[in-house]
Amino acid sequence: MTGRLATVGLRITHSIPVILGVVVVSFLLTRALPGDPAVYFAGPAADAASIAQIRTALGLDKPLPEQFLIYATDVLRGDFGQSISTGQPVSEDLANRLPASLELTLTALLLSCAIAIPIGVLAATRPGSAVDHLCRILVTAGVSLPTFFTGVVLIYVFYYLLGIAPSPLGRLDFIYIEPDHVTGFYLIDAAIAGDWETWLAALKQLVLPAVTLALFTLAPLARMTRAAMLSALSSDYIRTARASGLTDNKVLFTYAFRNALLPVITTLGMVFSFTLGANVLVEKVFAWPGIGSYAVEALVVSDYAAVQGFVLAMALLFVALNLIIDLTYSMIDPRIGFEAK
Amino acid sequence: MSLVSIKDLKVSFKTRRGNVQAVRGISLEVAKGEVLGIVGESGSGKSVTSYALMRLLDKGGSISGGDLSYGGIDLKAASENEMKDLRGREISMIFQNPRAALNPIRKVGHQIEDVLCRHAKATRSNVRSEAIKALEAVKINDAEQRYDAYPFELSGGMCQRVVIAIALACDPKLLIADEPTTGLDITTQKAVMDLITELISERDMSALVITHDLGLAAQYCDRIVVMKDGEVVEEGQSDQVFTAPKHQYTLKLVDATPRIGVSVRELLLPDQRTPFPELKKVDLPLLEVRDLTKTFQGKSGPVHAVKGVSFTVKKGQSVGLVGESGCGKSTTSSILARLLDPTSGEVLFNGEDLSKTPARKFSRDPRRASIQMVFQDATDSFNPRHTARQIIGEPLARLTQMARKQRRSRVEELAVLVGLPVKLLDRFPHQLSGGQKARVGIARAIAVEPEFLILDEPTAALDVSIQAVVLNLLVDLRARLGLSFLFVSHDLHVVRLLCDEVIVMKEGKIVEAGAAEQVMTSPTHAYTRTLLSAAPHPPILTVPTSSAAE
Repeated sequence: MTGRLATVGLRITHSIPVILGVVVVSFLLTRALPGDPAVYFAGPAADAASIAQIRTALGLDKPLPEQFLIYATDVLRGDFGQSISTGQPVSEDLANRLPASLELTLTALLLSCAIAIPIGVLAATRPGSAVDHLCRILVTAGVSLPTFFTGVVLIYVFYYLLGIAPSPLGRLDFIYIEPDHVTGFYLIDAAIAGDWETWLAALKQLVLPAVTLALFTLAPLARMTRAAMLSALSSDYIRTARASGLTDNKVLFTYAFRNALLPVITTLGMVFSFTLGANVLVEKVFAWPGIGSYAVEALVVSDYAAVQGFVLAMALLFVALNLIIDLTYSMIDPRIGFEAK
Repeated sequence: MSLVSIKDLKVSFKTRRGNVQAVRGISLEVAKGEVLGIVGESGSGKSVTSYALMRLLDKGGSISGGDLSYGGIDLKAASENEMKDLRGREISMIFQNPRAALNPIRKVGHQIEDVLCRHAKATRSNVRSEAIKALEAVKINDAEQRYDAYPFELSGGMCQRVVIAIALACDPKLLIADEPTTGLDITTQKAVMDLITELISERDMSALVITHDLGLAAQYCDRIVVMKDGEVVEEGQSDQVFTAPKHQYTLKLVDATPRIGVSVRELLLPDQRTPFPELKKVDLPLLEVRDLTKTFQGKSGPVHAVKGVSFTVKKGQSVGLVGESGCGKSTTSSILARLLDPTSGEVLFNGEDLSKTPARKFSRDPRRASIQMVFQDATDSFNPRHTARQIIGEPLARLTQMARKQRRSRVEELAVLVGLPVKLLDRFPHQLSGGQKARVGIARAIAVEPEFLILDEPTAALDVSIQAVVLNLLVDLRARLGLSFLFVSHDLHVVRLLCDEVIVMKEGKIVEAGAAEQVMTSPTHAYTRTLLSAAPHPPILTVPTSSAAE
């Protein structure tokens, strides 16, 4: 166990160069973008003097290396700078918005796993059957319908026509008060506070965007589960298990499914990282105050600090995610020694 | 009364090209306590018969006729649930490729426990000790510790012991062994077969041993059934089938099995035996290996794969390199093929030290063409998306300056040389049979007119009758093209047929070397003797083959 902890530590140190690289590249790329934040914030009526004044105030008149040095030392101290569009410290913005995105993405992924994995398993055990065709239809529909489209359709049906869903305006209807900030996940925070009315309201808001996102992430997961199960079921050790008279459940779950899980987890990791950055369309449709829409808005106005903060936060998240996936892998598959190279 | 009786069994498979009859009405009986061998080449329906008995046919396969009964139970009429109770408890099965037959991510102890619990042979409290007992029964050392091992941590022989432990955990009455030793070393093969026969007689069980190896069947079975194209062609006591075969096909199989006292030509049917070609031997060294060592950096310290090996291959000579897996024969042949760099030592080829050119750069070396290799698994050593023509033409395109047209005619010339019908040249590997693929592999190796050919178990995956043909082809090519061979193999009978000299390797060292006949008949080293005694000894034909054929 201590060995495992040591290797986890080593893996984290290995990710330091990656994070340093992200800091440098995100800094340079935001500077390379067209558009001058000073001009933007001075407004359309500003003259050269006021633009220069704002530029000095933002520290943009200094040479690039010096700007980078200031930025890097700030980051080291945990200060991501101030967003010029929201006026808030970037770290505060991220702390507010990252949980919103994570809550949405995680719920969506849980939902899509809960549907995709059973469907994939069933489709693999009965190839050519109705379940298999249903799986194929879901997969095709999931990838071919863009998220903003499914989102709008869901809003139209469930909010406008049926009136079951609440208005798609953010994480909580305005008549409710936000639960006290503990984790930033409204569902968890409301549960901690014991405020079940708010919990239900937050859940209602969450359902439609989560379903939209789940429909999209369903496709790769169901596909991969089906393929992995098919190959596991046709392997020699399944034949041995069958020849020993083991029950169908034992063969399917203890023998085939655990072996099929490995590629599914890889896919899950990829889907997760992809979704977290790419769910900006869903966030826009449902007015979800997530990190994706925050980053896009910041990018449009060349809000350097906000964009860099976003990229850095994502990089840290992915490093953590990869570590978790590798750890899960080594727990499932004894052949993968969790050893430092 | 017989334990198993199969009457007029027919099995058919649904394929895209319609129904295929894999088994066409066979009848056989296994008596209580009897070991019955089913012998046949690939496609003879021998495995399908055993899977039909277990009712474990692949998708699309079905029993289309006949009767199957086990101890009075009609297996054809039994429900799937009844079959599940029988499998593992009454009838068990062991397979070829034991490592793949075990769940790779489950402890072997737990895999045994699964079976014990399924058939209620153990309770939750004693299941662990019962599983360890099952491991002890198959003579696994440190059974307590092996309980926690995963298949990848065990050797092939150990894995097969675990598979046997799983199969015998619930004391079944019948054991079906489907090619149980294919892919195992010769000494492991002997150990596994000895263990199986011992356990079977100890427990008064019956067994069905399915194999392509007549020698193995003759040694371990009481009775043999020979199958061909889904039909039984001969049946009888083992030694009788071997010494006095009645059917033409059995005779062909017996003839094709490499054994003591026959030449490579005698493996073929009498009418196919062409006169033995004259071999030109020049007393000049072609390849001299001096004090070759290779050390790999392993996880737990350095691994000395080859520890100071020296030998010489003369021009036109054929040298056999024999040993078990892990003895360093593959590492040595990879170094000689210049695919791997030695840690130290010299490889003199026509007097020049090849080891001075790193393996990485050797593919561009002009001497690349003079050393070529034929690989064990023809299928895996071909690009599946290339036709036979492209495969054979590849070295020509890379190592010679031939124009496209010239290459085309050269490929056809080579196909004729190795006996591959020219019209098959535009097929892909999966459309060729095992023997045809072996020919393509050989044609590719000799395409650039090498002087030295390294053959890494080129016939290991082939049926005996095909092996006989390919071995003869190699002898002819050697004489015709003046090639020198390094023949890497674990099959001593094959090495004896093809090689002038033999080198026996063990743990990275040469333990014995000398003229093939001498090493085989009067070995000096104990290890060579072990190897020789482990090889199955088919009984020798008492009836001269030519008269039996008439």
